Amino acid sequence: MSLILLNLIDGLVTGLLLFMLSSGLTLIFSMMGVLNFAHASFYMLGAYFAYQISAAIGFWPGLIVAPLIVGVLGALVERYGLRRVHKYGHVPELIFTFGLALLIEEIVKFFWGTAQVPFLKPESLAFPLFHIAGNAVEAYKIFMIFISMAIFIGLLLILTRTRVGLIIQAALSHPQTVETLGHNVPLIFMGVFGVGTALAGLAGVIAGPVLGTFPGMAIVLGSIVFVTIVVGGLGSLWGALAASLLIGWITTFAASYNVGLADILTALGFERPEDLSETIFRDAWTLTLPQIGPILPYLLMVLILVFRPYGLFGKREV
Amino acid sequence: MKRGSRLSLVVAAAIGLSAAAASAESIKIAFIDPLSGPFASTGVNGLHQYEFAADTLVNAKGGVLGGKTFEVIGFDNQTSPKESLIQLQVAIDQGIKYIVQGNSSGVAHAITEAVEKHNKRNPDQRVLFLNYSAVDPALTNEKCNFWHFRFDANADIKMDALTDVMAADQNIKKVYIVGQDYSFGKAVAEAAVAMLGEKRPDIEIVGNELHPIGKVKDFTPYARKIIAAEADAVITGNWGTDMLGLGKAILENGFKGPIYTYYAAADGITAAFGAAGDGSLRLVAEGPDAPPQTAEGKAYVEAFKKKFPDGNVSQARIANVINMLAGAMEKAGTADDVVAVAKALEGMKVTSIWGGELYMRPEDHQLIQDVHIFAHTKVDAPFDFDNSGYGLKYESTVENASADIATTCQMERP
Repeated sequence: MSLILLNLIDGLVTGLLLFMLSSGLTLIFSMMGVLNFAHASFYMLGAYFAYQISAAIGFWPGLIVAPLIVGVLGALVERYGLRRVHKYGHVPELIFTFGLALLIEEIVKFFWGTAQVPFLKPESLAFPLFHIAGNAVEAYKIFMIFISMAIFIGLLLILTRTRVGLIIQAALSHPQTVETLGHNVPLIFMGVFGVGTALAGLAGVIAGPVLGTFPGMAIVLGSIVFVTIVVGGLGSLWGALAASLLIGWITTFAASYNVGLADILTALGFERPEDLSETIFRDAWTLTLPQIGPILPYLLMVLILVFRPYGLFGKREV
Repeated sequence: MKRGSRLSLVVAAAIGLSAAAASAESIKIAFIDPLSGPFASTGVNGLHQYEFAADTLVNAKGGVLGGKTFEVIGFDNQTSPKESLIQLQVAIDQGIKYIVQGNSSGVAHAITEAVEKHNKRNPDQRVLFLNYSAVDPALTNEKCNFWHFRFDANADIKMDALTDVMAADQNIKKVYIVGQDYSFGKAVAEAAVAMLGEKRPDIEIVGNELHPIGKVKDFTPYARKIIAAEADAVITGNWGTDMLGLGKAILENGFKGPIYTYYAAADGITAAFGAAGDGSLRLVAEGPDAPPQTAEGKAYVEAFKKKFPDGNVSQARIANVINMLAGAMEKAGTADDVVAVAKALEGMKVTSIWGGELYMRPEDHQLIQDVHIFAHTKVDAPFDFDNSGYGLKYESTVENASADIATTCQMERP
């Protein structure tokens, strides 16, 4: 029972972290139709910038400054890169962001090397806040939950309660009309791209000390972020939140329970073969849930695409 | 990148021309390991250790066989068995007779098979394979051959030493084993279960599981399971980011017992663990204490750190490889006839510069040496790792570990 509560907390942390990445990506996708392959690379840049800043002046300034730098970089990429490629269509845009992801990884390796860098969480938060059945829940985890909650509420308020938010929502569905009304749509695009990448940078800052800061961190998280926005529905903030939490909990619970496929098969009435090496289904008898946990989100995506192609909360087809 | 490599080619060619006279008398050693890709830092650091060992232990002392020097040449295999075989062929075509490799047992299997075939088909062009790090026991058991020599203690020998130490610790009643889902992770788990069962039948294995290699983003659920199972100790063969992620998650979850590892040091891992790992992290390996107990070893590390301030002497056995190879050449009186050199290596007994005896077992070509359990703790520079102020100190030592361990090797000698 207590393990369930712990898993709920751990899954929430993972899910909210995913949300910070997917919220920016889903906005960018729905607005510009660009699948930004480099999104997770901005997440990595956030972690590395924050590491460099924290080594010089401490973690807290890094928490503010690093996402800002990443956001400005993102806006510049949109203004001087994506916007120029935009007129040639979606494929060149895709290739552009893909190349950018490779470039950022090489740059990171060039400056910080291939080994993991010692980016540590602030000492003021590196203590166990409370224990559940002997398991420590660190203050830093609760801090992560609060930061991502604040981001979600802030984004929601901006999108639904402010003038800027209304223009963004209008530009999502009717960019030409909004432009005719005298709004600077390219500027809005640049702003959304900048904010989206800044959010990814912020996710990098708070995830770097926990999940590790190394050149492969973008690849590890990159694909799962795309899964999240497809499952949640493109352009939907609520969808991104729901899908992130769902995936966070699925992966956490899957890793926690050593249920074997053999148990399920036995429960279904199948009999375990005497000599496993003789049967072609031997893998099925030895697999456990933690081993297949990492592929469950992809399975979920396939199911969503088959049965609900517009995602959980989306309004249009992928 | 492109321009850089072209420039370095020109420079290399220029140096090559000017050094042509000198290198005519040099003995070339091919270092086949990752020099690019995700494991490049380990490979590059290994190459530096080889170059330094060759310069310090052989060339600076006047070389071998009356003045011949050692020259280590790096070949990038990107940790791929396929690419390794191409690089092996390139090295052989360049007339190199000594191959060293260590990262990944998968690569070592490919190389040892290829070397055996090559030597059978080309008796006039034979090469030796000196394996300094790949620890799959099979390489000196069912897959052994005359051309392969292993200088690291294999996974079974390390587990034997580790379980000796664990068996003596009466505080350990419950053990959790977790590893990466591939051959090495499975070998570690199997050996741990078998040897603990033999030495301390009262120890309960409360968890034994494998996780996907390089795919787990957050190890927290695993850490929760370890605490929930009330384990007193953890054993893991994890390396790289999987080691760091698992170790950090366990420590953050408030685990206070020992975490026994194979590879939780250097290449950024020591620095990233820092103070958190102190008192909990253990590592089973050969190598020196910090600071090394011998004056020679101490001077060696100091000089290495002066030349490569960002590097680590993380694979002390590399010095043993170079020393024993030089010794075998002197004994055989030749560097060209690898059969004679191999026969000289068989049964060779020397004292390591790190202290302790080294004995190359003739029946399976496995080096028998002291194996230590190290503790991750505060260490003064320059004997720390990653310049972090932390490093590895001896906690216990098993002398000539597993000198009588059984082998299934049926060596065919030429």
